[in-house]
Amino acid sequence: MMAGGDELKLLGMWASDFALRAKLALSLKGLSYDYIEEGLSNKSELLLSSNPVHKKVPVLIHNGKPVCESMIIVQYIDEVFTGTGPPLLPADPYERAIARFWAAFVDDKLLASWVQASWAKTEEEKAEGQKQMLAAVETLEGAFIECSKEKPFFGGDSAGYVDVALGSLLKSARAAEKRRGFRLFDASKTPLLATWAERFGELEAVKAVMPDVDRMVEYAKMGLAKAAAAASAN
Amino acid sequence: MAEKGVKVFGMWASPMAIRVEWALRLKGVDYEYIDEDLANKSDALLRYNPVTKKVPVLVHDGKPIAESTVIVEYVDEAWKDGYPIMPADPYERAQARFWARFAEDKCNAALYPVFTTTGDTQSEVVREAQRCLKTLETALEGKKFFGGDAVGYLDLVVGWYAHWLPVVEEASGATVVTDEELPLLKAWFDRFLAIDVVRATLPDRDRLLALNKARREQLLAA
Repeated sequence: MMAGGDELKLLGMWASDFALRAKLALSLKGLSYDYIEEGLSNKSELLLSSNPVHKKVPVLIHNGKPVCESMIIVQYIDEVFTGTGPPLLPADPYERAIARFWAAFVDDKLLASWVQASWAKTEEEKAEGQKQMLAAVETLEGAFIECSKEKPFFGGDSAGYVDVALGSLLKSARAAEKRRGFRLFDASKTPLLATWAERFGELEAVKAVMPDVDRMVEYAKMGLAKAAAAASAN
Repeated sequence: MAEKGVKVFGMWASPMAIRVEWALRLKGVDYEYIDEDLANKSDALLRYNPVTKKVPVLVHDGKPIAESTVIVEYVDEAWKDGYPIMPADPYERAQARFWARFAEDKCNAALYPVFTTTGDTQSEVVREAQRCLKTLETALEGKKFFGGDAVGYLDLVVGWYAHWLPVVEEASGATVVTDEELPLLKAWFDRFLAIDVVRATLPDRDRLLALNKARREQLLAA
């Protein structure tokens, strides 16, 4: 249920982790919006004028005003649409700080090392990235205990800020598992996160926006083919 | 007995730690400051921040919080009746957070090479740093401070430039923030440095200069 006169547009790209976070937040809150799919190489005028600094998705445009950066969008949605759907951040200032800390950790440690593991130039650097990635996941197992307090999600009874930050990675995690059997949330190493991932993925609000795993696998193959072609052209 | 009070684990030359002090002082909150030797971190710091082991860490009634920007938002929320740090309007808050990220991710990354290079390479990276800061400067247009008439979140996040950048410039033999290239930013430097809580906390300039000169020598020799 949106307040009369609220216009929401989301500029995204179907394979983007960051755009997925915005979609997850909107979906969890039950908000309706116009979705505009941006091409990577052919960015729209609207994207370029809404995010002139980075020229990247996602951009949320609320009544004509753009908000950029995935977790900033998530917070904005939570702050503006307080009466709609569950809160994404807790009410208590300390718990909010903990949630913000862990969301930042997902980006700074987990995502950064995953990028290194996938795209670094040397096998050594890739292996180091892989090691750091797995260490980050183990740390997040502890974060889950801290945040969930024995409830189903980082956000407690319902999915929240950290669930969105980490949950967006399920898109690529599932593709990686299908393609090469790599499990980001391995039940033998991080049992709580493994069950959390299943649970999060089963939410109707998540299923509604999570890209199809086979499509992700094809996309990943294309990306690697392109990277290999570019590398060999040098 | 439960631990009471506010502690800040910091380091005298850390721009991230000073943000936390500024936030607390704006709110009029008393705190104990613990200056860490980063080469020899205290057991307390490692206990309060086992995940990243970095400063700053705020401990409020025994509960620790790490990451300076997270801490600043916490301070604003925990002492919500004090000085307003975050903008009141959600859209303005999103803008402030956006620029803070931009400064931390892009400007800081653009500034660091100024410190580690010389000659033509340095001239090039100086230009790059100026381009980045010019983009940040657009958030200052028509205002006394990034926060408007008074300092706010974004001023606290980038305020360290006002004291540290001239020192880095001197240590590196470069000029980045000039009246010609960055007039708004330069003027804001002066206004920011005149703020009481800022003046009360700035690290000694000579000491900071000596530290940066030594570090630069080390980096160039490597």
